[in-house]
Amino acid sequence: METSDIFRMLWAGTGETLLMVFASTALGYVIGLPVGVLLTISDTDGICPHPLLYKILDIIINITRSIPFLILLILIQPFTKFVVGKSYGTVATIVPLTIAAVPFIARMVEGSLKEVDHGVVEAALSMGAGKMTIVIKVLIAEARTSLLVGVTIALGTILGYSAMAGIVGGGGLGDIAIRYGYYRYETGIMLITVLVLVILMQVLQWLGTLLSKKLDRRRG
Amino acid sequence: MSIIQIEHLSKTFDSKENQVHALNDVSLSIEEGEIFGVIGLSGAGKSTLVRCLNLLEVPTSGTVTIGGKNLLELSKEELRRERQSIGMIFQHFNLLMQRNVLDNVCFPMEIAGISKKTARKKALEYLRTVGLEEKAKAYPVQLSGGQKQRVAIARVLASNPGIILCDEATSALDPQTTRTILELLKKINKEYGITIVLITHEMRVVEEICDRVAVLYHGHLEEIGSVQEVFGNPKTRAAKSLILARQSEQLEEEINREVEYGNV
Repeated sequence: METSDIFRMLWAGTGETLLMVFASTALGYVIGLPVGVLLTISDTDGICPHPLLYKILDIIINITRSIPFLILLILIQPFTKFVVGKSYGTVATIVPLTIAAVPFIARMVEGSLKEVDHGVVEAALSMGAGKMTIVIKVLIAEARTSLLVGVTIALGTILGYSAMAGIVGGGGLGDIAIRYGYYRYETGIMLITVLVLVILMQVLQWLGTLLSKKLDRRRG
Repeated sequence: MSIIQIEHLSKTFDSKENQVHALNDVSLSIEEGEIFGVIGLSGAGKSTLVRCLNLLEVPTSGTVTIGGKNLLELSKEELRRERQSIGMIFQHFNLLMQRNVLDNVCFPMEIAGISKKTARKKALEYLRTVGLEEKAKAYPVQLSGGQKQRVAIARVLASNPGIILCDEATSALDPQTTRTILELLKKINKEYGITIVLITHEMRVVEEICDRVAVLYHGHLEEIGSVQEVFGNPKTRAAKSLILARQSEQLEEEINREVEYGNV
């Protein structure tokens, strides 16, 4: 294979990987953020305690989180096919990635929101704030640094998962690493692919940390 | 008619092992415009009592009537509106750490649906009242404890309240700062005619600004009356023990001062 071909392939793979990672993380937050909010406010010390709802969400999340991603990927193939029309390729991989991301994200959101000092929530309640106001202007606004750290962790984890999806023809860098490195013993290409993944991870982490620090007003 | 009226108020906390009777059949009334103190040792039920006044804590039995309205009969929406006229300040200030001082003061006005422009203008006025207008753009982390409590007071004024509840508002502050905060509360009480209910475990706070005081002991209302009456001629053991504690505290302060000056 010509060097320029390898470069083109890696370039396309990087694009696919980024698409998968960002799309799944975004979709993961569309569902995971509200679920995390529900977990926070329905817990016994939340602003609308509902032990039954909390327990149900808690169990569902624990179950989905305990399924290894590779198994989940295969397990939900019929569902993926139903949603996307096929069970392989970049777009199809977004489905299992999102499903894996939601419970993980919900837990991280819960963790971040529960870090918010209960006294501040109480102060807002004493001012007559409604539940929506408290969720948006107190919980989410006050926890934004921690939430952003969570986004960075989520992106990193999904990046790892997306590479795993290469096993079933998921597209992206993982796919290239497995096809060339594992099936064709082209260790060179595999190593380059891994290197690109490492760089991606570093950049994501660096950006995430930078942004969350910039938005944090708790440091003088 | 009293602005705050509590009748037969009881609050029991259920835990797995036992029941805690935080308040036991407490009845009292607070008049409009007065500074009313509730004093007691920790665990006496003071915090529970003050939290029952805006239903942050829902009483097990009894009634809380504020401005003629029984809070327990209000709908959620009505209660939210009522809470907007009952301000509260806290021991640990409870400011929004990610908002600057000005936006913190704007928060209650945001809740009340006041336009941003008006809110900012008013917020600056309230900051002027508490003497912190030059800190409008600062973040809470950059302020001292006393300054944070001033911001909290400006924030409470922003909801234009008839009543301010103070939950150990000076307990995290040093004596000097405590005095300035109490002065400020006194000024607010005078200028705006706001009724102030403050709970504390420190007798000097009550001595300094309260008109009347109630002594709580293990959830019971032991004594109530003017500060001179209660502290000058305590009738119950609870009140007497508080005064003894105060005297030993004063003695200790005196000894410390002497030690500092090298007289001992």
